[in-house]
Amino acid sequence: MRQEDWSKLARIMSKRSLWMVHFCTGCGAMEMPPVLTSRYDMERFGMISMATPRQADVLLVTGYLAVKTLKRLVQVYEQMRDPKYVVGFGSCTINGGMYWDSYNTIKDLSKYMPVDIYIAGCMPRPEAIIDAFLKLMDMIDKGEATGWKKYHKYYKQYKRNQKMAFSYRLDEVKDIEEGDGK
Amino acid sequence: MVMNIITSILVMSGMVALGFAIGMLFNGIARKVVARIHNRVGPPVYQGYIDVFKLFSKKTNISHGWIFDLAALFSVGGIALTFLFLPVAGVSMLSGEGDLFLILYLIAIPALGFALGAGASGNPNAAVGMMRALMMMLAYELPIAMVIVAMMVYYNTTSLAGIVAMQSNLKWAIGIPPFLIGALVADMALQGMLMEKPFDIPLAPHEIATGPLVEFGGKHLGSIILYKMMGTVVETTLFVDLFLGGGVVLNVNQFGWFAYLVNFIVWFVLILVVFLIAVIINAVFPRFRIEQALKFYWKYDALVALFILFWIFSGVMV
Repeated sequence: MRQEDWSKLARIMSKRSLWMVHFCTGCGAMEMPPVLTSRYDMERFGMISMATPRQADVLLVTGYLAVKTLKRLVQVYEQMRDPKYVVGFGSCTINGGMYWDSYNTIKDLSKYMPVDIYIAGCMPRPEAIIDAFLKLMDMIDKGEATGWKKYHKYYKQYKRNQKMAFSYRLDEVKDIEEGDGK
Repeated sequence: MVMNIITSILVMSGMVALGFAIGMLFNGIARKVVARIHNRVGPPVYQGYIDVFKLFSKKTNISHGWIFDLAALFSVGGIALTFLFLPVAGVSMLSGEGDLFLILYLIAIPALGFALGAGASGNPNAAVGMMRALMMMLAYELPIAMVIVAMMVYYNTTSLAGIVAMQSNLKWAIGIPPFLIGALVADMALQGMLMEKPFDIPLAPHEIATGPLVEFGGKHLGSIILYKMMGTVVETTLFVDLFLGGGVVLNVNQFGWFAYLVNFIVWFVLILVVFLIAVIINAVFPRFRIEQALKFYWKYDALVALFILFWIFSGVMV
């Protein structure tokens, strides 16, 4: 069996068995119970929620992120095993949403970690969430959901952006911008 | 001689493969049944195969030292060995005289391997989960051991294959009054062994983040899940061997290969029924606390088991 066939088979299998960990940062987590339970039953696509990032394949970022929360989110993301996928939930992860002018909220999640698919809306309805997951499965099948490869490739740049967000002194930011930040 | 050894090794690996295949199928069936009880559609019955394949195809594996790596192998190997010692549909691969004691010891080995891995991971949730798992073992092994001692006294043998042989011609142990109650006691202990609700205290995903499994992922988690799936087959087979005649309905000497086929089908149906009882109880119950579980097993289950033991020793009505 060729390597290509093998990875295609692995992709076909793994798209039907996405285990997710939801990082409940905002109100987005409120829409998950109906998606998981009898009303919209996500288990029919093989998706279940797992308790720890070690066991999970999909990271759901449900809602806005404060700078402090981002630190924890990066830890959770780095604990997950490859291949791993990130779903950005609601307009907060896209452009800050209703926190667009807040001083301590992350505006664009894709600057800090590779996001495979976004769900727009404030809040997205369960139908939208299921639609996004079906699209994600399609992307995995075609081999387009390669966020985890991007994180390996541009690790330095992502780390730089994360450090910029975490630093609160102006001289620290300057050091990082000059490119010799540790 | 050499041919014989090669043939038996092939047959044994075939049996282990069959055990794993049935275990994965049972996982899918359990999830489908629970989903239907919850008025959901549920995953397809082959979901177990997909999950295991996916876990073994994960790209990175984070290890916590060589004990953590070995623990996964320890569990899978231990459960496969236990399966080979059990008479499956009257066919026993490795069993000999007095193997019922050996099986009671062997059934604890994979759980200890699991404990080693959880300990090596160093996560406090894993330590809490392991503590609970060992306490649960202490709780459910007392009633089931008493029932098994009663069976050894009644059948006058310590061989599981012997007990299965004496139940042939449909003279199942469950038809004898003390062992009908004994089967109920053992079924409650089986619920704890399979870690189904209300006794899924060691795992408890919402309290201690799946307990011992907390640091497992990728191929390690795949091995542990394989062990869990095979464990359902081993434990239900032990129950069927003890109380339901091991699935032997046709005499092999009389009917040849056709008897093997029928016996294996009957064995499969019987373990499926025993497993489904556990799953249906699992679907409708919440979780006990650890001291409630201990109280349940030692106060009610063990008391009934003690009563059965006295009943058998006194020799009344049997």
